[in-house]
Amino acid sequence: MNDEQAPAHTAAEPVPVLEAVDVTVRYPVHRARGESVHALENASLRLIPGRTVALVGESGSGKSTFARTLALAQKPTSGSILLNGKPASAQGRRARRDYARRVQMVLQDPFASLNPLHRVRYLLERPLRLHGSVTGREDLEQRLRALLERVRLTPPERFLDAFPHELSGGQRQRVAIARALAVQPEVLLGDELVSMLDVSIRLEILNLLATLRDEEHLAMLYITHDIAGARYFADEIAVMYAGEIVEYGSAEDVTQTPAHPYTRLLLDSTPDPDRMEFLAGRTNREDGEPDAATDDYGEPPDLVHPPSGCRFHPRCPLARAACRTESPPHVQVTDRHWARCVLLVEPGDGASRDTTTAEVTQ
Amino acid sequence: MTLLLDVKNLSVDYGSEAEPLPAVSEVSLELRRGEILGIAGESGSGKTTLINALLRLLRPPAVVRSGSATLHPRSGEAVDLLHADARELRRTRWEHTAVVFQSAMNALNPVSRLGAQFTDTLRAHRRIPKSQARERAAHMLDLVGIPAARLDSFPHELSGGMRQRATIALALVCDPDLLVMDEPTTAVDVVMQRQILRQVIRLQRELGFSVVFITHDLSLLLEIADRIAVMYGGRIVESGPAGDLYRDPKHPYTRGLRDSFPPLRGPMRRLNGIPGNPPDLRSLPPGCPFQPRCPHATPECAASVPALTGHGTERAVACIHADDLPALINGGRA
Repeated sequence: MNDEQAPAHTAAEPVPVLEAVDVTVRYPVHRARGESVHALENASLRLIPGRTVALVGESGSGKSTFARTLALAQKPTSGSILLNGKPASAQGRRARRDYARRVQMVLQDPFASLNPLHRVRYLLERPLRLHGSVTGREDLEQRLRALLERVRLTPPERFLDAFPHELSGGQRQRVAIARALAVQPEVLLGDELVSMLDVSIRLEILNLLATLRDEEHLAMLYITHDIAGARYFADEIAVMYAGEIVEYGSAEDVTQTPAHPYTRLLLDSTPDPDRMEFLAGRTNREDGEPDAATDDYGEPPDLVHPPSGCRFHPRCPLARAACRTESPPHVQVTDRHWARCVLLVEPGDGASRDTTTAEVTQ
Repeated sequence: MTLLLDVKNLSVDYGSEAEPLPAVSEVSLELRRGEILGIAGESGSGKTTLINALLRLLRPPAVVRSGSATLHPRSGEAVDLLHADARELRRTRWEHTAVVFQSAMNALNPVSRLGAQFTDTLRAHRRIPKSQARERAAHMLDLVGIPAARLDSFPHELSGGMRQRATIALALVCDPDLLVMDEPTTAVDVVMQRQILRQVIRLQRELGFSVVFITHDLSLLLEIADRIAVMYGGRIVESGPAGDLYRDPKHPYTRGLRDSFPPLRGPMRRLNGIPGNPPDLRSLPPGCPFQPRCPHATPECAASVPALTGHGTERAVACIHADDLPALINGGRA
């Protein structure tokens, strides 16, 4: 029960391709005072071929730090990253390149991640030449076309000689995805892949990624602040708060029967037109005034001096004395669903785990 | 309810006479006193250009080609927003109209204490002593839940959420009739977003101003707006009460937009968003701007731009097929 790690391997569980074990990252801010930002604390995660894990959390919760650590762009303060069971290393050019061939990252902003001075052809040619075994001009041309077709940029000749500024946001993000796929990676790390795109085209990109994941058996990490999108796209959801994974489980379990008070707050705060009483709806005034007392949940903590005990306790509507001092236990809700909250061991008033509507009651 | 803002046939162009880029085309809308009007649209839909025109914040090469916009404030005479001279504008801004911009968090002057920003604004518009201005400032901060002691703080000493709330309080300091909010919550997470929106609604009920709320997030508008206008390719394609628009969207674009948000609860099905790309204003398609992406398009759709016509008293739709669209598929949406 107090197992700090992700669920242990069972016979039925597939072998992860990329694994983070107890990764902690601290960014020094004031060396003389010995202060640092506690960006990521003991985070463990397994990425399995053909499956997507969504990392959900607000800005500053450590999701991007985690992704950067998994991409070996950030050295963990402690803990390790295992690729196919072996400790991954980015020491030296060869190791770095070898790792990049297997683990690729796609960034949030396709307006910034594609060099504006180069045509699509060049952007896609680079990884093919650096990592692939291109045999000649014709082979290269064929692979370029195949890549664009894989991300549904057709006909390829229309896009090969375009500059990024000639493409729409969605098309640019497809180019960025094609560039990542060029090296035939095993893992794709996506940091807020669709948040810069218009809502009407987000789903197309997500559907494309889902198809690629299934066809090419990619292990995917999908970082997002949009929990509804995570439910749609991911198999598992890890909810992060203030540098810690506070809840982990299948996308349905986490969104439909949330166990952690923070997850409930997050679900409750997410606009959901189907509920329509979100803000004591303007459209149905008979619901009365929005209650002033319930809407101040404060703000995320300062991670230079993270709160003692449970990091969520200053904002938690259900916090009790113990939460201030004791680190919350890791509680297995079902075999594949866990959360770190003392209320799951000793439920009190209003801490029912079965609240599907995720009401944070007072 | 009385009319506060009346916009008729407003068109705004970027670009030159030879190569016009119609950012806003023939937009008409009405805002009633005490109402929250949401304008939903994706990038390039013209929503920001529209409000910039109304607030007279357009910069060259943007030009208002045609149309009128009249504001009927509680006090004083009607203001012709598009033609008001500098003196009139000076009087109208803050007193009648106020804005909260995108990244509201960074809208405060970083080198000036919070109190000074409030009192400067107040005393530029009202002949009142400093002490009285300070009292008013403290009152406004109190309304958004910031203690009066914070008047002596610099913006960087406040947390992000406080800065955002202070910006809203500042916009309301001269008791405007109209508050325009341009994606005010894009920079904050959903928990804080919800807090801010509830605060705006509470203030709106208390102080009685009207709101024009602009966002790309239709799901957000459905929960705070009384009425919603959906923009596409520089035009309003559908408008109506928020609930009706959600339950029974009549324009194919509104339908597509609505089904671009995966449901948070209930059964899940595959969603497809809207295929294709947002229109390029430099080369708009002939006829209906949505026609190239529309699953129900027919050759007639390319013939002429459909007019925004009334469907009942409260609804308006710009689609020639609005009445004969197939029944809605309610995937995960009751």
